Order: sequence, then C-alpha cells, then structure tokens
Amino acid sequence: MHQEYTVIEGDFVNAGKASSSVKKTLKQLNVDPAKVKRVVVALYEAEVNAIAHAYGGKVLVDIDSDKIHMVVADKGPGIPDIALAMQEGYSTARPEVRDMGFGAGMGLPNMQKNVDKLNVTSEVGVGTTVEMEVNF
Amino acid sequence: MFVHALKIDDSKCIGCMRCMKACPTEAIRISEGTASIQEHRCIDCGRCHEVCPVKAIYINQDDFQMVHEFPHSVALIPAVFLGQFPEDVRVSRIYDALIDLGFRHVFEVESAAGIFAEAKEHYARENEDVRPLISSFCPAIVRLIQIKYPSLVENILPIKAPLDLSAMYCLEELMSRGIPREEIGLFYVTPCAAKIAAVKAPIGEKRSIIDGVINMDVLFNRTYRKIKEQGKKYVSKQSRTINLSSDAILSTLTNGERRICLAKKSYSIDGLQNVMDFLDKLENDEVEDVEFLELRACDQSCAGALLSYENRFLCGARMYARARKAAERERNGEVPREREMDKWKDYLLENSRVEPPQPRSMFVLDKDRAKAFEKMERINKLKARLPQIDCGLCGAPTCESFAGDVVINRIGLSRCIFYQRHLERKDDITRQECIAAMNAVWGKDDRMKDDID
Ligand SMILES: Nc1ncnc2c1ncn2[C@@H]1O[C@H](COP(=O)(O)OP(=O)(O)O)[C@@H](O)[C@H]1O
Ligand code: SF4
Ligand code: SF4
Ligand SMILES: [Mg+2]
Repeated sequence: MHQEYTVIEGDFVNAGKASSSVKKTLKQLNVDPAKVKRVVVALYEAEVNAIAHAYGGKVLVDIDSDKIHMVVADKGPGIPDIALAMQEGYSTARPEVRDMGFGAGMGLPNMQKNVDKLNVTSEVGVGTTVEMEVNF
Repeated sequence: MFVHALKIDDSKCIGCMRCMKACPTEAIRISEGTASIQEHRCIDCGRCHEVCPVKAIYINQDDFQMVHEFPHSVALIPAVFLGQFPEDVRVSRIYDALIDLGFRHVFEVESAAGIFAEAKEHYARENEDVRPLISSFCPAIVRLIQIKYPSLVENILPIKAPLDLSAMYCLEELMSRGIPREEIGLFYVTPCAAKIAAVKAPIGEKRSIIDGVINMDVLFNRTYRKIKEQGKKYVSKQSRTINLSSDAILSTLTNGERRICLAKKSYSIDGLQNVMDFLDKLENDEVEDVEFLELRACDQSCAGALLSYENRFLCGARMYARARKAAERERNGEVPREREMDKWKDYLLENSRVEPPQPRSMFVLDKDRAKAFEKMERINKLKARLPQIDCGLCGAPTCESFAGDVVINRIGLSRCIFYQRHLERKDDITRQECIAAMNAVWGKDDRMKDDID
C-alpha cells in the first residue's frame, strides 16, 4: 500500500500530518501499539526536519503486511557531516525554530532508536533523503 | 459483553441522522428508516442523546419501585445532584425529601473523593515508570481509550471510582451495624449514561455491588416536587448540612481532581473533542513530562452531565457556592461528615484496585494482519471512488465509514445514491433493485407525503 504526502518549508502547523495518517492505518492493521508509536515518533521527526532545516519535500510510505518503509526526501541545503548530525544534542536549528520548541538535536538520534533500519543520504546544496524501515 | 445504557426507541426515531453525525466514534448507522447503535463502538458518552430532536434516545434505568423492596435502601447521590437545586434550598430539606420518597439512608458519592485521591497517589508512587497517569473517574473516557487509543490503556489508573468506594463503604458500615446484606439496597443516582454502563458492566471487576440505578433528572423532579409540596413553613427533621468537604464537592467539576493531586505537571481537559485532540498528541509522544491527566467527556465535567436538568454553568456556579460555604465551616473547625468514612479507610484503600482495563480497539479490520491488509486495500480503493461528500444517505456517517461497512459487513454498495445513478446510467440496475436499496436504509415508508406538481 502506497501513500504520499507533501511537506512545505516552515509549515510547522502541518508537521505530523503524514505520521498521524500512517498511525491510523497501522492501528487498523492491528499492528502492535508499541511499534505504531515507534513509527509515528520517527516519521514525525523526519517530517519536522524537512520543514525546519530544508525547503520542504515529500514523504513516501509503503506498507505491507510485515513492515513499513518510509522515505522523507527534501530539497534543501543537505547535511555536510552526517555522523556529526546523528549525535545527540547536535543542532544547527535557527533561534526562531528553537523558539517554537524544535531544535533539541534529538531528532536523528530518536529516529535511529525507533526504527529497525535507517539510511540517511545527503548531498550539500541538493537535499537529504531519510529512509526508514520498521518490521511489525 | 458490551452493556450500554443508551437505547433508541424505533417507534419515535424519524431517521434524521443527527445522532449519526454527532457520534464521536461513528457508532451509529441508519437502516430501515431508524438509527441503531453498534455496540462495540459505543462509549456511552451521550452526544447522540443531546442532539435527538424527538427524544428517541433514552437511558435505561431501573424501576423506582425497587427502592421500596429493601428495608435499608441507600440513595448514593452525586454532588451535581445538589447543584440542580437553587441555593436557597437547604441541603437538609433535600435529604428529608429523599427519605420521604422512600430511601432509608442518603449518602454522597464524593465522600470518597479523598480516599480516591489517596489511592491514586499510592499507585503513582508504586509505578513511577508509568506516566502520565490518566484518571479512572469518567467511564466514558476509559471506554474511549480502550477502543480508540489502545496504546494508552496502561496509563489509566486501575483504581475504583469514588462511586464504587462509597458503595463499598455503605455496605461495610451498614453490615457492621448488624444489617444483613439482603436488606441493603444500594441505589446510584446517575448523572450520565456512562456511569450506568460502568455500574452494569464494570471494567476490571466481576460485578458491581450496586443494586439499582436511578436517573438523576427523574429523581430531581420527584425531590423538587416533594420540597414544593412541603411548602415554605416545613421544619426539617434533621439539622444536617452537606456531608461533603469543599474539595469533595469540587472534585466532579473540571480541575477538581487536578487541584488536589501531587503531580508537578498535569492537565484537566473536558469535552470529548478536546480530549481526543489531546490524546492524539499524547499518543504520538508530542506531550512532554506530563504526570497526571484529568479527562472528562462532558463540557464542564459532570456539571454538564446528560441528565443534569440545570444549565452546566449555573450548576457549576451553585456547586462552587456550596463548596465555599463548606470551606468556611471547615475553617471554623467543623469536620465534614464524610470523614466518618475514615473508619474504613484502610479497608477501602486495600480494595481500591481493579484489574487494568484491556484494549478493545474498534479500528482493527481483522486480527490476522494479512487479511486486515487485504480489507484495507479494498476499502481504500472503494473510498477513492465515492464522492467524499459524507451526505449520509447510505446510512453511514461518512463515505469512508460506508466503504468500511461494504467491505467488512457486506453492506450493498448500491445504497450509495451516487453509485446507484451510475448503475442506472449504465442500465446495470433495475428499478426494483433501486427501490430495495433505498428501502434498506430508509424503510418502506418513502417519506414523500404527496406527489409534487
Ligand atoms: N533534512 C535536513 N536537511 C538539512 N539538515 C538537516 C536535515 N535533518 C537534519 N539536519 C541537520 O542535522 C541536525 C540534527 O538534526 P536533529 O537530530 O533532527 O536535531 P534538530 O532538528 O533538533 O536540530 C540539524 O540541526 C541539521 O543541522
Ligand atoms: S437523532 Fe438519531 S435517534 Fe433521534 S430521530 Fe434522529 S436518527 Fe433517530
Ligand atoms: S464527565 Fe461526568 S457526567 Fe460526563 S460522562 Fe464523565 S462521569 Fe459522566
Ligand atoms: Mg529535528
């Protein structure tokens, strides 16, 4: 089952649209609530990053009966040092983003913690793609 | 398995769809011209009852005559009952009238508010890893979480509500005076449908010790009439003031539990839609550090109860006024009579726990994930082809829920009037089949009084 969502730069109001809709689907499929939570938390963080650090992008979700595959692909500045970005507490969030309660530097580490497979690829000046998978 | 207090009277229902549209869990469908409630989805919140224009939705209660069958009948009244009466009606007169109506004893349910709070604190201390803790006070909320937020059931405090603690107290107290159990009849005066359902089918308990339930609006009528009959010159038989402390009176209103709980960060949320908006966020881990949640299905909590005769704000204001007076008496050193309950406190605390409520998700399409998956694909495909205007003429509240009904309950797709037109255009449906589909939803009476010229 394929689902697609668009995220728009700076549109924090709509952050979580994709993860909420995915949540509803997974509940209907009788996926263990603890796993649903992991999916939702990870996808939400990825959505927020595309909104906060990049110029928006696309969320592509594929669900089948034993796993969920998620791709959040943005057009944006890219991440020069992915290993550094993955560290807990590391953040380049602008003050206005921090004022909105984002930018604790825990997004990528949280994704790592909650998914079974995480793959971040990025090209500076082009964009970032976060690929995640959770097995049910 | 699912006991509900809300029922629909087919002979009164005009099939107007108002309840179907108002139901927060999409539990109502129209078929053969009248509404019916899908039991596994209903949480007894009563929103349907509020919107029905012909009062076709009623709340099942026990026969009042039962009160006379027990030599020791006890009226367990909620504090909001007192909020129904104008402030100049003294509490002693309300008690007198209840006794005249046939009760031997009158007891306020919220007398147990203090013990309820203590039981919650004990649990909180013993289970520091479970946060936030969600109050078990409002049974509509407990059911909502069971069916819609299964991942949060473990956050519900597995503690008996004040009603059950008070009932236990009354039983122990009366039996300790040598009165046999069969002579004691415990009657709960309920402000809402959810409480009735909780009494008739308690979550996490085998069966309730309550013997009967009486609707608050009905009892208010009888009591107020009695008081009016007795007239202004009536001299009270007893000089009793309210038994409750001010904290206990306020406990059923919004913020009532929260104001006396020990949590550093807590919220009180009333109104079902507000609660659902919040739980959606909580479920996604978007709410941080919160330790305690007081959630109530009704706007203004129990002051806005379904069976409250008085306006929710006026009822709330009256309760505040009574609470202020109680607080003044407490400041003057008077001990509220509810404290008599402390005699049984250890016993009540020991027996305050219930089995944790279990998830009962209404969302799951099939327990077998592969089958659920297959059904979902069919639902999605169907949904995408429906007009998405949620007109309700198929007898389901939304196009999406109709798609689910077609796939899961094998409801005929031709109940959708748009699909019917589509088939007619292709000559794929006979007139007879059209009429049959229409009758399935709207009944045989075709609702057209006369030909229109
Ligand atoms: N989609 C992205 N595009 C550009 N930079 C990103 C993106 N996602 C993450 N980053 C970089 O990685 C850092 C760490 O991200 P994260 O762990 O989510 O913390 P936070 O978002 O709180 O800063 C961000 O501050 C940013 O510099
Ligand atoms: S609100 Fe519901 S029960 Fe009342 S008349 Fe309309 S359809 Fe029937
Ligand atoms: S808020 Fe009070 S009156 Fe309303 S459903 Fe809950 S317990 Fe009943
Ligand atoms: Mg982030």
